[in-house]
Amino acid sequence: MFLKTITFAGAFALLGSTAIANCGISSGNVSILSNDFPAIQAVTAEAAKCAGNGVTVESNLTKDHKDIMVAALTANPSQYSSVIVSNSTLVTLMNDGLVQSLDDLVAKHGAGLNKSQLITVDGKVMAVAFMANAQHLFTRTDILEKAGIKEIPGTYEDVLAAAEAIRSAGLMEYPVALNTKAGWNLGEEFVNMYMGTGAELFTSGTAEVSINNDHGVATLNMLKKLVAYSNPDFLTYDSNATQAEWEAGNLALAAMWGSRGGAVLDGEGSADGVSSNTVLTAAPTWGNDARPASTLWWDGIGISTNVSDADAEATFIAMMNGISSDMVKANNDAAVWLIEGYEASAASAGVAGTAANGAAPYPMLPFMGTLHGALGGEISDFLQGTESAEQALADVEAAYTTAAKEKGFLK
Amino acid sequence: MSDIAYRRAPVLNMIIWSLVMVWVVAASFPFLWTFWGSFKVQGDFFSKADWTNAITGVRTQAETGGTFTGNGYFGAWVTKSFWVAAINTGIIVFSVVIISLTLGTLGGYALARSGKRYAFYLLMLALVFRAMPHITLVSGYLLPFFEWNLWGHIPTGIIVMVAINQPFTLWMLHSFFLNIPKDLDESAMVDGCTRFQAFRHVIVPVMWPGVVTTGLFSFLLAYNDFTVTATLLSQANQTMVPKIASFLGTTQTEGNVMFAVAAVVSATAPLFILILFFQRQIVSGLTAGAVKG
Amino acid sequence: MKNRTFFWFILPSLITMLLFIALPIVSVVVQSLHIEHEAVLNEVENCGPFGCKKELVIDVEETAKLKDDRPLGKFNGLGTYTNRNHLAFTEIRQAWQLSDGVADFVSKSLNLPFYRALAFTLTYTFVVTPLVLMFGFLIALGVNSLPKYIKGPTIFVSLLPMIVTPLIGSLILFWMIDAQGIIGSILQQIFDDPNLSLKASPLLTWIMLMVYGVWHSSPFAFIVFYAGLQTVPSDTIEAAMIDGASRWERTKYVVLPHLMPLTMFILLIQLMDNFRVFEPIVGFSAQANATSLSWIIYNDISNNEDQFFGSAGATSVLTIIGVSILLIPVLIRTWRDFNRKVV
Repeated sequence: MFLKTITFAGAFALLGSTAIANCGISSGNVSILSNDFPAIQAVTAEAAKCAGNGVTVESNLTKDHKDIMVAALTANPSQYSSVIVSNSTLVTLMNDGLVQSLDDLVAKHGAGLNKSQLITVDGKVMAVAFMANAQHLFTRTDILEKAGIKEIPGTYEDVLAAAEAIRSAGLMEYPVALNTKAGWNLGEEFVNMYMGTGAELFTSGTAEVSINNDHGVATLNMLKKLVAYSNPDFLTYDSNATQAEWEAGNLALAAMWGSRGGAVLDGEGSADGVSSNTVLTAAPTWGNDARPASTLWWDGIGISTNVSDADAEATFIAMMNGISSDMVKANNDAAVWLIEGYEASAASAGVAGTAANGAAPYPMLPFMGTLHGALGGEISDFLQGTESAEQALADVEAAYTTAAKEKGFLK
Repeated sequence: MSDIAYRRAPVLNMIIWSLVMVWVVAASFPFLWTFWGSFKVQGDFFSKADWTNAITGVRTQAETGGTFTGNGYFGAWVTKSFWVAAINTGIIVFSVVIISLTLGTLGGYALARSGKRYAFYLLMLALVFRAMPHITLVSGYLLPFFEWNLWGHIPTGIIVMVAINQPFTLWMLHSFFLNIPKDLDESAMVDGCTRFQAFRHVIVPVMWPGVVTTGLFSFLLAYNDFTVTATLLSQANQTMVPKIASFLGTTQTEGNVMFAVAAVVSATAPLFILILFFQRQIVSGLTAGAVKG
Repeated sequence: MKNRTFFWFILPSLITMLLFIALPIVSVVVQSLHIEHEAVLNEVENCGPFGCKKELVIDVEETAKLKDDRPLGKFNGLGTYTNRNHLAFTEIRQAWQLSDGVADFVSKSLNLPFYRALAFTLTYTFVVTPLVLMFGFLIALGVNSLPKYIKGPTIFVSLLPMIVTPLIGSLILFWMIDAQGIIGSILQQIFDDPNLSLKASPLLTWIMLMVYGVWHSSPFAFIVFYAGLQTVPSDTIEAAMIDGASRWERTKYVVLPHLMPLTMFILLIQLMDNFRVFEPIVGFSAQANATSLSWIIYNDISNNEDQFFGSAGATSVLTIIGVSILLIPVLIRTWRDFNRKVV
């Protein structure tokens, strides 16, 4: 045990010495729970510079943050004073009233924030967003050219036509990829595609799911047409797999996360000619609707309900420091920042385009996570061709309704 | 054992040996492959283009200038401070093994010598306990642990792992003790020892083979655990397996898969040494004990 | 042993198990009998970087009032156990009434998540467990007959599959069996089928998971059997030889009976562990084609935004019941042994 203490203390001493030790906080404990990726690492590292002189800053960055989040914040005092939330996790926390309104703190310390960074629910600021993300189209222009396609596809119908052209030209057997791993990823693909129809997922004003309709069937059929041009292993394809396929030069058209753009374009780990010919554009539209078939995501800062006012304030100041323009300047390409001072790059073109074309934000509904889970589990049978679209949608509806009853969303 | 009893026709020997050969290849190949690959870059070891790249190291050559690279090891151990996780694992595994065995030998001995019905029922209950999926148990701890400020600390992780592994430990040690003749401790008690003194002075000296074997399995359980360590420990107290998992990246961003591979090879190394060291004890331990299961 | 002495010896072990296993089991059972209170929903306007939208939110204050009254939630009896995502009584009854033939009924049942998982779990358990016993025994026999100087290294290598974390072991194998990976592409050449993919077809995924299971668990059976072989009484074997028993007869009548208690031990542990299979499903990303009971539990509390503790609790209780049923034959045997020892 004592060994542990020493290394820990050592790490802190190190932090303390490099820190300016002054963000205008006199005392308080800041502890941050979040997902684990470079953009967030940059934010928490910057926030940690506020440590010293009676202020402690700790962070727990883990991809399993969703599993412990609710329990950690339910405890009083809460284990963490701040959680880095997204569209979906903010709702989970708000369902139990675990994050507090930031109105006062924003008024007092949020002078540098853009208005668009404030996530308001019923007029109250519940979180401060700092980065955006979305799945959009990655295209290999050289392959498209060889197949005789001049323009980058703007619709999924074009994507299908281009894929057929590439296949029939003998360039690639499986030119298309989506993140279609059964589970969360596949559920997300359905939501993205369905959003492109412009229809609503739920009957307005209720928790009744309304996907078992023509839009739902059309969405499933479009997904099935696309995966016909995907590697037969598509149900195991998560972002790591699609990126690896892309970098190996096995794909020509893929819908991937914008946050992967930087890594794809940097050339490291890519086969020759892949990075230089990769272009990131907005998510395609399809059917009769002009909305891109994608959902927009943000990541932002939430402050726990169950902390003292002093700690909440210290945390907010430290986090404001974490998402300062200085941090953005130093880490410009780590994410598509929503913060003042961010300079757009080729890697952010896809996300920016998707947002500009009017894609829908991922719905912040209390029961959205439940539907997402049901989708991810039930539609793979249809894509494998072992059941009809209607049956798959009925299964989703039944699974959702059962789970939503358990959660108290439906009677 | 008499060798004559096992002398076989050459043909039969050939068959059996070739079976063993096939098994040895199947058992070791993934590890040799991983070990070899840990000195390559991701584009080679996880090549989507051609698996022979992993052998020739085409991209490794292109990216680092040599056909072998220690980047994975450097990244994991130095950049990502894998050594902290290694120290944590050391502390946790050592404590889990010691505590598990202490509790287990006492309990296992009692179960083996009791002879009462309730001892059997306890053994059955232990089995039911073992049937419980760990993930349900662990998620049940979360709220009380956060509430009482127990979450995240190494001792919490240790005691939980001891408890979760207790059923297996009890069962295994109980069967070892069954094999130690009753006369040993009973004659000591006739000579005026208490039960504990008999245990302490007569049983403890002869129980080591069984304890070492059970200890090895406890070791493996704690060393390889993911559910408990990933959920109940804070980042500063993280052990190797969740640390390796954190190298793999998230949905949104790419991880450093080669760090994970290098870390896996590093994490397996102590096990190699341990097994080589205890090989004889494991076999003799099992011989002495579980045989009468 | 006196009751009192027994009590003091077992106490520390018992306390840890009661605190960290028995109590949680009780709380899990209680939780599985409840569902959450009906949420009070309000429509409000949500704004963010991408514009504003009317959406529903939970009225935390109103919902909290309900929670204060009954913190456990709404009592639901066995409702969670019998709902569509678990035992699905209604759906099964409907399937029975509407289906035209047994095959149709089976396929309708396998469309329900619980039964689909149960099908794989049971298949896995009953295929892998005997194979593990068999391979473990054969390898033990083989290693036992090796010359002494290569025995040590062979034992060491044989233990490898068991000692590496399943999470990582399956990840590396997952890459090796990829269509472009070393094993995947060699299989394609062997079967002369360039489209062969172990990850795409349900049947191949099942086979792959089971092969992995056998590979991963055989060392356990091997090491226990190998130890057992060291204690086969040589005088009995020699006596059998003198009586003219063939090799097969010697194995059947001397070696196997001697290893019987060990076989029971391995069987007990393996049945239980295989019934709880879950790590390879995650490691091999196989959930589209194969799920297990433990995987359902994992999916309920991990992996997604929402956590369904009641649902996970119900599946956990069903798992325990399943394991108990599986183990009954083994337990009866242990009971007899136990009584014999007592006498």
